[in-house]
Amino acid sequence: MREIKAETISQTITQLCKEANFNLPEDVLSALESALKREKTPRAQEIIKDLLENAAIAHRERLPLCQDTGMAAVFLEIGQEVMIVKGDLKEAINAGVRRGYREGYLRKSVVKDPLIRENTGDNTPAILHIGIVPGEKLKITVFPKGFGSENVSALTNLLPSQGKEGVKEFILKTVKKSGAKGCPPLVVGVGLGGTMEKAALLAKQALLRPLNSHHQDKHIAQLEEETLEEINQLGIGPQGLGGETTALGVNIETYPTHIAGLPVAVNISCHALRQARRVL
Amino acid sequence: MKELKIKSPLTGEEIKRLKAGDKVFISGILYTARDAAHQRLKETIDKGDDLPIALQNQVIYYTGPTPAPPGHPLGSCGPTTSSRMDSFTPLLLREGLKGMIGKGDRSSEVIQAIQKYQAIYFIAIGGAGALLAGAVRQAEVIAYDDLGPEAIYRLEVVDFPVFVAIDCEGRNIYNKS
Repeated sequence: MREIKAETISQTITQLCKEANFNLPEDVLSALESALKREKTPRAQEIIKDLLENAAIAHRERLPLCQDTGMAAVFLEIGQEVMIVKGDLKEAINAGVRRGYREGYLRKSVVKDPLIRENTGDNTPAILHIGIVPGEKLKITVFPKGFGSENVSALTNLLPSQGKEGVKEFILKTVKKSGAKGCPPLVVGVGLGGTMEKAALLAKQALLRPLNSHHQDKHIAQLEEETLEEINQLGIGPQGLGGETTALGVNIETYPTHIAGLPVAVNISCHALRQARRVL
Repeated sequence: MKELKIKSPLTGEEIKRLKAGDKVFISGILYTARDAAHQRLKETIDKGDDLPIALQNQVIYYTGPTPAPPGHPLGSCGPTTSSRMDSFTPLLLREGLKGMIGKGDRSSEVIQAIQKYQAIYFIAIGGAGALLAGAVRQAEVIAYDDLGPEAIYRLEVVDFPVFVAIDCEGRNIYNKS
């Protein structure tokens, strides 16, 4: 057994909260740069340039890319040979988020009760997803998720007979309905299959896959490509003001499902697809 | 697309000059307010009490900024989605508000109220909070401090970049009448 102290995890999460909010990932930067070359609408070009400049300022001045520094989703992949010692894991994670959001001057955007809506004041609790994997490493991903785009995400249960076309139609309908609200250019994460909650989680995990990657199954990779092309023909464009750059990528993750069902979850992200990782 | 410079608080003549699609640089005073602050402003008006800010000719910016790091007047401050404020907007326009800055389209009720009260709706680039922070010279919380990021801040801005989204004649950058 390899021992990892809860405090080490906590400190790492603090760093990752800050890193994620100040630095636009490389794959998003290059996707924006390629979009700028392809884009023909002048106002759309101007907006993409501003987003690239925004990323440069955020990195240089250690300012958040966006004022919505999100609710912190934390993904842990814990090797089954790892033992977490000297502390409660959940408390350590929340302490890490609390410290990261305070030290990084990040916005505290979490309310304690969904109806009473009193701010918790420290951006906790985090949303925690834990997976157990073989090995003796621990992989931590911090994914601060803003709600402009979270609010336009959607989930449905299609009939199995609706198949690929039904899936595509639902993704396109979701993007179309989101208009300018999700802050296009978007990244679209899709979860296909499983159960309702599995599809939603897959959609979020799909957002964590690099933008320049494709699904390993050929027919899903093709669906990603076709859907992206059709989204970019909608004409929504950056900030909903027209153009070809409505989405920078479509990532789909799948899971076996029931004979009677075809759950589809679409998790929308704005271009600020903030994520930071560390392997302990 | 024209590029214009204007001052805030706004004047009627200046508003008439602006057309949907124009790029505008605003200098002067902006007040921040988003969901929770709008709720309180509405409750105050409904009760007939005095508002913490005089709305006459002012511009409200829909944003919840990040805290100011050392050496900055404010943190990142990009726009939030305006449609969440739609149900409050006609009331605030009736009270004298003249301009709003946010992102995304507005309801038909808001568009009608913008025409009725000869007001204007601007959009800033969502997700460009660090860039937009560069236009903020001073920031001070002036009401609802307990709301944290949703408090009302008074901002002094220089050349804050926006587009006119809905002008006082109801023309709309999102091509909806």
